[in-house]
Amino acid sequence: MKVLLVAEYREKELLESTYELATFADKLGAEKVWFAAGYNDNLPKVAGKLYLADANKYGEYNPDVHKNLILQVVEKENPDYVVFVHSSYGWDLAPRVAASLKIGQVSEIVDVVDGTFVVPACNAKLRRFVKPATGKGVLTIQAGAFQPAEPNGEPEVEELTLDTADSALGFVGYEEAEAKSVDLTKAEIIVSAGRGVGKPDNIPVIEELAKALGGELGASRPVVDAGWVDHSRQVGTTGQTVAPKLYVACGISGAIQHLAGMKKSEFVLAINTDKDAPIGEVADVLVVADVMQFVPALTEKIKSMK
Amino acid sequence: MKILVCIKQVPDMESKFKVDSEGKWYDQTDLAYRMNEYDEYAVEQAVRLKEQVKDADITVLSIGPERVKEAIKKALAMGCDRGVHIKDDEDYKKDPYQKANIVYEFAKDKGFDIIFTGMQSQDRGSGQFGVILAELLGIPAVTTIVGFEYADGVVTAKRELEGGKKAIVKVKLPALFTCQLGLNEPRYPTLPNIMKAKKKELLTHDVSEFLKDEALVETVKVDYPEKKGGALILEGDIADLVEKTVQILKEKTSVL
Repeated sequence: MKVLLVAEYREKELLESTYELATFADKLGAEKVWFAAGYNDNLPKVAGKLYLADANKYGEYNPDVHKNLILQVVEKENPDYVVFVHSSYGWDLAPRVAASLKIGQVSEIVDVVDGTFVVPACNAKLRRFVKPATGKGVLTIQAGAFQPAEPNGEPEVEELTLDTADSALGFVGYEEAEAKSVDLTKAEIIVSAGRGVGKPDNIPVIEELAKALGGELGASRPVVDAGWVDHSRQVGTTGQTVAPKLYVACGISGAIQHLAGMKKSEFVLAINTDKDAPIGEVADVLVVADVMQFVPALTEKIKSMK
Repeated sequence: MKILVCIKQVPDMESKFKVDSEGKWYDQTDLAYRMNEYDEYAVEQAVRLKEQVKDADITVLSIGPERVKEAIKKALAMGCDRGVHIKDDEDYKKDPYQKANIVYEFAKDKGFDIIFTGMQSQDRGSGQFGVILAELLGIPAVTTIVGFEYADGVVTAKRELEGGKKAIVKVKLPALFTCQLGLNEPRYPTLPNIMKAKKKELLTHDVSEFLKDEALVETVKVDYPEKKGGALILEGDIADLVEKTVQILKEKTSVL
């Protein structure tokens, strides 16, 4: 079996998640061939053939052009699978390649069982076992699901060129994240509010527990999108990645993107009415209770201890 | 300007999901359904664009059984002009490629200037449908947008990247956009608009009119994630739970 692994760059830096692709390929026992729209002076440290398209010329985000470059490699190498990280780059580019080749795509793989790919469904409450019906396929792997491999080699580079780098999509530039008024990455205690908190009026109750514990208020994405809590307090893939001594998840079900941002916490206390909520997978203690009943009582108790 | 919005109806994600009798998807009975959350942002963006350009017509389309008309009606009440229901009792067995093909067959000769979809569905989450549809139509796709500005036939969109960073992208219409949470604030349909929506056109087609392709992805089975059994589960009355929790925090952490 042969796989074409697609490395990823942002602002001239190779993304670490690229090495997770190597682990995934090893799990399949596949021969590895690489593609990167990247930079000659910052190549992935991997053994195997690397088809390199100069990102100075072909862009870091230029999906029509990257698609055509990848199709060129597919024609030369005839891989069984083309594999991306399920990232803003990968999920954008993968379906373009799959549609062009008219082969099946499996998105956000978390495991491989007997050659079948395991993907989460319904907020990870279910998992599907799927495979491309076409034999060959395009795959994306969930970021963080496979341990990154150690950088361990020098690729054998073959430069790629295309007649045109013209694209229907004009990349204007990057916009930095808003300056973080709150640096949750350094907080030792974080008490986060999720949708289970119910309504914006209930946020102060969560904040009160954070204060009683001497910590910071955090939040999950839905709460931030709804405007209940400022974006600078969002924990997760598109927010901050945190590693406090204590993380209290209040009414957070545990969407994958949230878990990715907080699973390095030393101790996780979750409060949820649903004892099967995915947050239970990373929590040390799951209190099955209504957040608005339990949290004020816990706050009182902690205050009384001081 | 002709606008198409593709929406999906999904179960409330807080539901208890049971695997169906074939073992290939969830049992669809006894679930509360709603419009896929990402698609609400897509509908809202379409309606805002119409409010901006005035001269626009928005078609909202959904594939699925009879019940998906409820989601279409909500989109009509939010401000879409006409609904298209592609009736398919077995839509859940189709893969994103087939669904994109069905919509391609519907849309290919209608000259839509702009298409909005959610970036993914909450139940399946493969994030493929919109991009494949754009590929089939031969128009550019911009995914995961959290910002949208239209002027003189050109859209400037912001794509959400990891870690709060965004990429700014310009594209000429026709084009397709997949919408991320937080793009806007989806409106609630008002009662007068719900009443008005009842008079709007809602055409039903049978999926057989448009289905041309076999699935490219095969579902072998569906089951429940293995419980790693990490968490100690505490249940009981609140006072008791508080006592236990404080005890555990004292023993296991240095914070109390």
